[in-house]
Amino acid sequence: MSDITTLNGGSCIAFKGKNCVAIACDLRLGNQALTVACNRDKVFKITDKTYLGMTGLASDVDTLRSAFRYRLNMYRMKEEREIEPETFAHLVSSTLYEKRFGPYFIEPIIAGLNSNNEPFIAAADLIGCLNFAKDFVVTGTASDKLFGMAEGLWEPDLGPEELFESISQALLGALERDALSGWGAIVRVITPDKVIERTLQSRQD
Amino acid sequence: MTSVAPQKSKSGFDFSNYSRNHFLDGKGLGGFTATSTGTTIVGLIYKDGIVLGADTRATEGPIVADKNCEKIHYISDNIRCCGAGTAADTEFVTALISSNMQLHALHTGRKPRVVTAMTMLKQRLFQYQGHIGAALVLGGYDATGPQLFTVAPHGSTDKLPYVTMGSGSLAAMAVFESGWHKDMEQKEAVDLVVAAISSGIFNDLGSGSNVDVCIIKKDSTEMLRNYVMPNERAKKEQKYGFAKGTTRFTKEHIYSMIQKEDVFEVGSTAPTPAPLPAAAAGAGGEETMDTS
Amino acid sequence: MLGLQPGSSTVVPTSAPVGHRFEPYDSNGGSIAAVCGKDFCIIASDTRQSTGYSIQTRYKPKVFRLNDKATLATNGFAADAEAMVSRIRQRLEWYRHSHGRSMPLHAIARMISTILYGKRFFPYYVYNILGGLDEEGKGAVYSFDPVGSYEREFCRAAGAAQSLIQPFLDNQIMFKNQHSTPEHTVPKPGEMSLPDVLKIVMDSFTSATERHIEVGDGLEMFVVRTPPSAQGEAIGAASVDLKAMGGVEAVGGEDEQEEGAVMVIRRELKKD
Repeated sequence: MSDITTLNGGSCIAFKGKNCVAIACDLRLGNQALTVACNRDKVFKITDKTYLGMTGLASDVDTLRSAFRYRLNMYRMKEEREIEPETFAHLVSSTLYEKRFGPYFIEPIIAGLNSNNEPFIAAADLIGCLNFAKDFVVTGTASDKLFGMAEGLWEPDLGPEELFESISQALLGALERDALSGWGAIVRVITPDKVIERTLQSRQD
Repeated sequence: MTSVAPQKSKSGFDFSNYSRNHFLDGKGLGGFTATSTGTTIVGLIYKDGIVLGADTRATEGPIVADKNCEKIHYISDNIRCCGAGTAADTEFVTALISSNMQLHALHTGRKPRVVTAMTMLKQRLFQYQGHIGAALVLGGYDATGPQLFTVAPHGSTDKLPYVTMGSGSLAAMAVFESGWHKDMEQKEAVDLVVAAISSGIFNDLGSGSNVDVCIIKKDSTEMLRNYVMPNERAKKEQKYGFAKGTTRFTKEHIYSMIQKEDVFEVGSTAPTPAPLPAAAAGAGGEETMDTS
Repeated sequence: MLGLQPGSSTVVPTSAPVGHRFEPYDSNGGSIAAVCGKDFCIIASDTRQSTGYSIQTRYKPKVFRLNDKATLATNGFAADAEAMVSRIRQRLEWYRHSHGRSMPLHAIARMISTILYGKRFFPYYVYNILGGLDEEGKGAVYSFDPVGSYEREFCRAAGAAQSLIQPFLDNQIMFKNQHSTPEHTVPKPGEMSLPDVLKIVMDSFTSATERHIEVGDGLEMFVVRTPPSAQGEAIGAASVDLKAMGGVEAVGGEDEQEEGAVMVIRRELKKD
């Protein structure tokens, strides 16, 4: 467990639903087994309808967050429009692959609705290999557990409220079995006209 | 803080994190696992051209990261490339060579040749001494006829009438060795490729899910995505929905994206606006990423 | 390899010695799980045995019937598992010869623990789950680590896909993180019916097969219960017609088996 990608802990998951997507993360920031903070949101707003989740080395998450803000602003000024989630996924991918031989230790997931309000989710590994899933994507120290939960609980065509319940149960179930993730969770459900952000009640250990 | 602006670099790679990561390595904090395509990829020459095949599983250690990824990459209209190894490397090295091939074709005004792609690939892979972990099967049809190559991660190449690569290469080659012959018919060739990939899918744990096939002939290229799907998940025994309210939450915040606007005639005054619901007030999202 | 240094008359080794070491352990993949109900216990495993990226066999049972009230699931290093199960079976037979009855479940659990700890410094590399009925006829699951630490539980997963299956069972069997609402009451753990638990077990294995490369090929679910014939009228788990679900009598064990006490239901899993 003395691996740099598991130093700080943390997990993220995204579900695709019917005309909506959900993205959720835990709130723990640790230093190996020691919990340092329990308010570390790992999901960031990219546009009104696109969110980015990053897990891994916390300092790299911060660095990349500002790197993406820079690139996003450049895109917005040049193109005079908001970026599409799929385009943003490719931006993430090339940013990571540029550092192929000295990578940032983060694994991102992207969830959003495109300009036609079609749901989109994607994940990448730490050197930018994209994974466009049709159901769900997971990342972080609890990824195995999230895979097990999501593979069992995910169903096609879930509406916003059903999607909230399913993704929340998947995340909470995984967090309880992962020592490096937990201490609260935030779920965001993105629909065409609103984003519902809920802080879950969960175990504080 | 380090500059977030993109750095200029001749190779396209940025090594600025290298020394930091090397330092972490020394502290026993190094090492990472990238998504690899355990993979079975194959290619063969038949009477009218080339048939390429690939499975669709991508793994991270023993976990399946992607059940239906695409491993047959576009190089040009008449050339395709199957990739095994580090998934990101196969993705980006083929994309790069695809771009350079298009520039080359525009420059020469000729239809691109497979050897050109092969040479570009091997030179790049050799330059990086195997650190770009891509094992490729390159196939296409050009002015010189059907062409089939393998390119290994260190840059060595082979030119053979039937080839396999990846962790399932032995399983697939066993099928080719017993079934391949010169001047096969198209149906026979596609069936053999499907059998070879299936052999990898079922006998190699690194390969799985579906069979992708690509047929490249003199004047046409046919990409048959998910040509065979022998591993669809069966219906679950029951549904796993939850009653609304099963998950408890302590805070809720709704960011409404509907902008309400009242329009009045010039001169008339607006009635006192009703207090906005708390939800609509936070439309900007104070605690979220400020991209303004 | 030896070579002559130019300009020297003495022979000096030019290559480093090659070390050979015996590796006594292997990891053979696969996964096991057990869930108990009020009056029954389900012990399940996949049937794939693998090493590295290759499949050794698509049908290698990992669950063993011990007697009418006990079934043992093993996972880890297959050779150790096999050796251990035959040792346990022998001890159970000796017990019958000296006591004239089958060893009760809690005693088997303690015996397994001592057998495992007896090899504390050259352990059997096996994760065990013992499932069956206790002396009151209630379902029981005991899980062990390779050196004999053990615990009685409601449900447990182990093996390659433990991390995939266990949280799912926590959620669906123990109802963890679920709260009752005015319209819907969350049931109490341990009161689920046999057919409902079977469904959840099947779905956890099909899910694990999707996402773990070492899980697949076949699924065996052993059901331990008080047999239908032993009761006046069949109630609870005994009233479930397992034969209609494809259940057959499980074989093996030291005792004269009673019909319907331990049955096994087999299902196919994906083979990629």
